Amino acid sequence: MRFLLRRLGHAVSLLVGVSVLAFFFSTLAPGNYFDEMRLNPQISAERLSSLRAQYQVDRPMAVRYVRWAGAVLHGDLGFSFAYNTPVAPLLWTRARNTLLLTGTATLSVWMLALPLGVWSAERLGRPADVTLSWATAVLLIVPDLALALGLLVLAVRSGWLPPGGMVSVGFERFSTAHKLGDVASHMVLPVTALVASALPVLLRHVRAAVAEALEAPFLRAAEGHGISRRRLLYRYVLPAAAHPLIALFGFSIGTLLSGSLLVEVVMSWPGLGPFLLEAILARDLYVVIGGVLLSTLFLVAGNFVADLLLYWADPRIRAETPGR
Amino acid sequence: MVERRSRRSERVLTFRVWGGHVWLVRFGAVAQHELITGEKADLRQILEVRDLRVAYGRRDGGVLHALNGVSFGVAAGEILAVLGESGSGKSTLAAALLRLLPPSGQITGGEILLEGADVVRMDAVELRRMRGSGASIIFQEPLLALHPTIRIGEQVGEVLRAHQALSKRGRAKRAREILAKVFADDVERIFSSYPHELSGGQQQRALIAQAIACEPALVIADEPTASLDPSTQREILTLFLSLRDKLGIAFVFITHNPALLAGFADRVLVLYAGKVAEVGPTEAVLSSPQHPYTQALLKCVPQVETAQVVRRKTLLPVIAGAAPSLVSVSQGCVFEPRCEERMEICQVREPVAATTGSRHEVSCLKFPA
Amino acid sequence: MEPVIRVENLVKRYASRGLGRRVEAFTAVDSVSFSILPGSTLALVGESGSGKSSVALCLSCLERVTAGQIWFEGQDLAALEEKELRSARPKLQLVFQDPANSLNARWTVGEIVAEPLLVQGRISKRERDARAAQMLEQVGLGAEYLERRPRELSGGQRQRVAIARALLLEPRLLILDEVLSALDCSIQAQIANLLVELQRGYGLAYLFITHDWKMAAHLADEIAVMSRGKIVEQGPAEKIVRDARSPETQRLLGATPVKREPMEAVPEP
Repeated sequence: MRFLLRRLGHAVSLLVGVSVLAFFFSTLAPGNYFDEMRLNPQISAERLSSLRAQYQVDRPMAVRYVRWAGAVLHGDLGFSFAYNTPVAPLLWTRARNTLLLTGTATLSVWMLALPLGVWSAERLGRPADVTLSWATAVLLIVPDLALALGLLVLAVRSGWLPPGGMVSVGFERFSTAHKLGDVASHMVLPVTALVASALPVLLRHVRAAVAEALEAPFLRAAEGHGISRRRLLYRYVLPAAAHPLIALFGFSIGTLLSGSLLVEVVMSWPGLGPFLLEAILARDLYVVIGGVLLSTLFLVAGNFVADLLLYWADPRIRAETPGR
Repeated sequence: MVERRSRRSERVLTFRVWGGHVWLVRFGAVAQHELITGEKADLRQILEVRDLRVAYGRRDGGVLHALNGVSFGVAAGEILAVLGESGSGKSTLAAALLRLLPPSGQITGGEILLEGADVVRMDAVELRRMRGSGASIIFQEPLLALHPTIRIGEQVGEVLRAHQALSKRGRAKRAREILAKVFADDVERIFSSYPHELSGGQQQRALIAQAIACEPALVIADEPTASLDPSTQREILTLFLSLRDKLGIAFVFITHNPALLAGFADRVLVLYAGKVAEVGPTEAVLSSPQHPYTQALLKCVPQVETAQVVRRKTLLPVIAGAAPSLVSVSQGCVFEPRCEERMEICQVREPVAATTGSRHEVSCLKFPA
Repeated sequence: MEPVIRVENLVKRYASRGLGRRVEAFTAVDSVSFSILPGSTLALVGESGSGKSSVALCLSCLERVTAGQIWFEGQDLAALEEKELRSARPKLQLVFQDPANSLNARWTVGEIVAEPLLVQGRISKRERDARAAQMLEQVGLGAEYLERRPRELSGGQRQRVAIARALLLEPRLLILDEVLSALDCSIQAQIANLLVELQRGYGLAYLFITHDWKMAAHLADEIAVMSRGKIVEQGPAEKIVRDARSPETQRLLGATPVKREPMEAVPEP
């Protein structure tokens, strides 16, 4: 229990630290939103200075940070200069879109990698396994960008799938079923791209973890007791192979928000990535910091979930940590 | 000796007599009678190994002949010790009996008759059914042979699950009963412990509990006491004896330590370079060994008796040379290069088992068959 | 005759870590005293957990003692700083039980045996090989073993290599921590003979740690029996073996033939 509390404490202090750094670096970047505006002749100088006063852009950084931190704890992530609306709902819509994409992709990747990994670990070194290894190696070498672009070209040429975006024109007028179908068809390409780039690495890890578990002496002993191969696999091998995979799983959760930037940009998927990119270029301070914080939250939560799972799954870790 | 009838014959008897109750009384009475009068029961062979040969394929293409024609038998309720050093093939023998050899190992000849059925010719289904309930095996390092993240009670339950149709609660209850046979006290704590929470001796007992869970006729123990303290070793040996006495289980006990044999094993089989050098009753083999290897091996142990004057720091007699590499099959007797009593004929002819006493056999050309 | 080493009231406690809680200490060695004369062997006999390996670690200065003194060549090793220990270390060598793990698997036998020379500064490879070959001969291995690796050797051969390495700097005391336990019995006899011959030839003192009382009685001049961190009985080997007083010793020496329980009635199935 104390172990978990300690991890939680780590997580929180990490979040705070990241928020400070994000704030610091963002304000350090030369220029701010209003500098851009100065170039616009339609905005008068007085208007500019009143806007600046309104946003308190000229106050010292520490003060601004404290005010911002206080606001965050109330759920207010600040105000977007560019969109002139509160940051939180903006981020949330975009984040939801991203999660839809990455959630599906992560689920698919794991559902593919686990059985394939087990299958190839059981046939380690044999032709089937070697072929699979070569195929994943090729997939690994191909750059994500090339993959995404290639898929896009395929879609455009064949016309089977919509080339980018999340919804078709006239979406609001569709029936619910049609809406679902529409989003789904838009999701196929980006999800495929994400899965193809994540699969090779995960597959290798699963294969290695299962192969190691298959070598273990307790397996031979259990076989000697007449336990069936299926039971051995599910009850003995997979739990033993799970530990390195749990850490990876935590990492998967961690990158749910941050791992899909490239694909979203290439495929015009209205997710968090392109939005943040845009905000950075426009010096939209509070959007940037809010986005960074949200991503970090996921990363930290992912790690924490992995710690939790590992603590629950492995009694030896429970035994080593004091405070039992 | 306690005679133990296999489950199959139990059912036959029940059928043929009048009903379970009457038969049970009969069985009990018969057993009691034999115990009281000390008569030896009809020594039915639980295990019969005939001319077993095992070879391993090496990565460089060569072949390692680990077992070259091993033959022996184990009677019901008997404890047979297999005495051998590294390279003798003893661990190979243990694995081969249940066909648990690694992928590079193959049984290249011979028969293994377990209660009449040939293990070598069993298909996958029969094999799985036999393992754990017809015969079971206890491996060397107890901590490694137990799954690290499954509780002991559940691990015993897994063996039950593989062979018996019990409910989950039934399994838990039965697992506790089995643990109670092996652990004197603290059964509940052991039941819900993980392997790393137990001492070496307790881990070994947990393995033994798994092995006897389905009351097999034969348990093969591959150096079960190697990593334990002397007093823990003695406890485990006592446990084996009591399991034999109470449950009628026969043991094949594999070891490299001759000191464990006296007062424990009924018979001893000495294994050298994949062949049986000598086999016979423990008393006979220890007090008057016939084979030159056995003689030399027993002399290697420092003879220190508590009552006598200790002759300290004298040089112990050793066996010259080293164990042969089993890659090439040699002509003649395999022990010949190291034998102090070798004759010319030993280089040419292979020895065959000859009887030199009551159930005492030696494979040496000094004793013509 | 002056003893080679004299241990007085040695105490070793291990602290188990507890975050912010009361730190519980575990006393592995509880005020142990003994001495060893040159050319003689003291056997430290006990079961696992009795503290005998901790004694070995303290004597070879791989662990700092909690209290007590170790008098060796006129100095108290327990009180010395790390730098000062360096001159004493070569004279006190430790050989471990498990030859598979105490030899560096990536090195050749020649490099392993000559490793102690690295401490002494730069010596040419040829000279290193010459010294190594010399030591290997002493332990019964020919010069062809110089280029072999540990995985090509048997257990007995590896143990010989470990002993050769220990002897390279001409120690006065060799601490042998269960060096025979992992070996087959005929190999145990060979290595035991080797140890006896080396002792005669070099006048070495041995601290022979084991749980095998037969081998201890065979090799030792004096036996000390340890149980739970204390020495419960100590004296000349014959006396201990013939006339053991304390219950722990009797249990250790206990009948090797396992006592058979009297036959009981078989319960109804």
